Amino acid sequence: MAEAASHTTSYVRDKMLPQAEPPTLQKGAIKWMRDNLFSGWLNSILTIVSIYVIWAVVSDLFPWFANSIWRADSLTQCREIRNATVGADAPAACFAVIVDRWQQLLFGFYPREFYWRPILSLVVMLTALMPVLFPRLPRAALLWSVSAPFVIFFLLWGGSVWFPLAAALGFVIGAVAWRLVSAASGALLGVLAAIILPIIYWLYFAAPLADGLAGSVPLGLEAVPSKQFGGFMLSVVIGISGIVLSLPLGILLALGRQSPLFIINKLSVGFIEIIRGVPLIVWLFTASLLLNYFLPPGTNFDLMLRVIIMVTLFASAYIAEVVRGGLAALPKGQYEAADALGLDYWKSMRLIILPQALKIAIPGIVNTFIGLFKDTTLVVFIGLLDPIGLTNAIRASTDWNGIYWELFLFIALMFFVFCFSMGRYSLYLEKKLRREHR
Amino acid sequence: MSDTATDRAVNRSQMMVSDEVAIQITNMNKWYGTFHVLRDINLTVYRGERIVICGPSGSGKSTLIRCINRLEEHQAGQIIVDGTELSSDLKNIDKIRSEVGMCFQHFNLFPHLTILENCTLAPIWVRKTPKKEAEETAMHFLEKVKIPEQANKYPGQLSGGQQQRVAIARSLCMKPRIMLFDEPTSALDPEMIKEVLDTMIELAEEGMTMLCVTHEMGFAQAVANRVIFMDQGQIVEQNEPREFFNNPQSDRTKLFLSQILGH
Repeated sequence: MAEAASHTTSYVRDKMLPQAEPPTLQKGAIKWMRDNLFSGWLNSILTIVSIYVIWAVVSDLFPWFANSIWRADSLTQCREIRNATVGADAPAACFAVIVDRWQQLLFGFYPREFYWRPILSLVVMLTALMPVLFPRLPRAALLWSVSAPFVIFFLLWGGSVWFPLAAALGFVIGAVAWRLVSAASGALLGVLAAIILPIIYWLYFAAPLADGLAGSVPLGLEAVPSKQFGGFMLSVVIGISGIVLSLPLGILLALGRQSPLFIINKLSVGFIEIIRGVPLIVWLFTASLLLNYFLPPGTNFDLMLRVIIMVTLFASAYIAEVVRGGLAALPKGQYEAADALGLDYWKSMRLIILPQALKIAIPGIVNTFIGLFKDTTLVVFIGLLDPIGLTNAIRASTDWNGIYWELFLFIALMFFVFCFSMGRYSLYLEKKLRREHR
Repeated sequence: MSDTATDRAVNRSQMMVSDEVAIQITNMNKWYGTFHVLRDINLTVYRGERIVICGPSGSGKSTLIRCINRLEEHQAGQIIVDGTELSSDLKNIDKIRSEVGMCFQHFNLFPHLTILENCTLAPIWVRKTPKKEAEETAMHFLEKVKIPEQANKYPGQLSGGQQQRVAIARSLCMKPRIMLFDEPTSALDPEMIKEVLDTMIELAEEGMTMLCVTHEMGFAQAVANRVIFMDQGQIVEQNEPREFFNNPQSDRTKLFLSQILGH
């Protein structure tokens, strides 16, 4: 006290104080627990109740996992093993069904001798995604990303190698047309040419070209029809196609909805509202049943392709709204500054507006993607064998009749891995782009 | 204002103004919906002129200079910039915009690009300048506004005054023939106003044609060769700065000047 009092008047410290430890109750684990678990009587009660709930759940589930049986040929055998080892009353998971049927859950009824094809496709897909996801990789690698869809299509469905090549040529025609026409007579005509010329090519020239080449140089893999696709592979094919296709479409719709051009604006608004206002399952039924009435008779349009188109359209309406939120969040000054520098509409969108708007929209976009990916399980209702559909198929065999939880747990785990990685990537991207703090 | 400063201002007001017309505005009118924002604007700007536009808020001064690069559309009359008439022709608009630089009150730098990228973007994508050349030009102008060492930072890391100087450099990189300033110092802290004004004065001394909406009357007296006073969407009075400040003619101008110079 004497020292404290001396501060009020002239004072010189003659001895410096050494660094001291904080009191025992104010440091380390004890302090953490006091701050975070027992900071008051209400929080202490909540902590104890929570611990009890966690204990109740874990103690119930743990024996089920701990007693799990991994080797058996049928559910009956599983039960026999359980009765012999841990007793008839004890809970025991029968993961033997996964060991027995995992190929089916992953690949559906895809021919067993061709499993290397979806596996190779997965490798192709992952390597093709890398340059898109991580901008630090060399830009030339994007060429691989662009050609990957055709490679994957060829690997999965097989058939003549000329068919995907002829289809890809359409995109090359579009790109070349855009380059030449937009340089010669403006961006709008360029876009029109880039859309119309490939469509004409696909409608009238692609098939004869592919057939002709296949006739003279028959190269290819054995064809696998869509009917045999199934399991997690089906979810991934539909999900990833939907994701990859719906992002650009959604961005265009968002821009269309902002456009001052009356017809483009109203078409975008109408499309978004109609697609968004109807449940996905209705669109899937439309794809599987109604679409045949609208298509010219005799056209056999692959069901899976129809589903991919519907899922894409559905997701793009959501993406459009998420991106619109990003666009609306940008200050008007950004548009004006881009205009004032003489950038035309597409350049200012591409260089100034979209990079910023998409950054704001990342959480929403990824959220939509995760939703889309999980919604692919709805295709079970139109007769495609997604993982959920396959659980029914597996239960239909006498061996595994009556098994539920183990299968669903496995499916949940597979979906979780995918969705969790998407979520993590979104966090990584947000962190990387956060440098521009305003 | 001291005598020497006045003399300097007069000297400046005579210098480097040519007979060549840079901007010709004839009977221009603009409406926001049914609200008549600009009424019968007639203005001829000669190359090398430094014009300060002032007036109370809502008088249409920002709208006027934003019409010159078509950030706002006019509904009647004619605007000819550098011999090209502004109409709905998009090609003409982009051409004029690439010749006319503009600085905004809130700088409007692109926050996702570095300072250097902000400066090279338009030269590369609009002028098709090779990247290396564009970067050299950018560094030249960043040195001119005295912040070359910030080139690789992002706008968010710079102070307001620095950001506005970058914005000026960004416009200059397009080698514009005319510069528009829309209240360039209104959003700045007092101690940063000077650094931006110094940059603008330097630009004026090099003979840049400038139209500047500002409330900085010291700047007007120092570099402008003409001051325009606007009220209710009309040009009420214009004169060379000394006459304008010492001998205002209209009552509206007198009232405005007494209000902004009174304290």
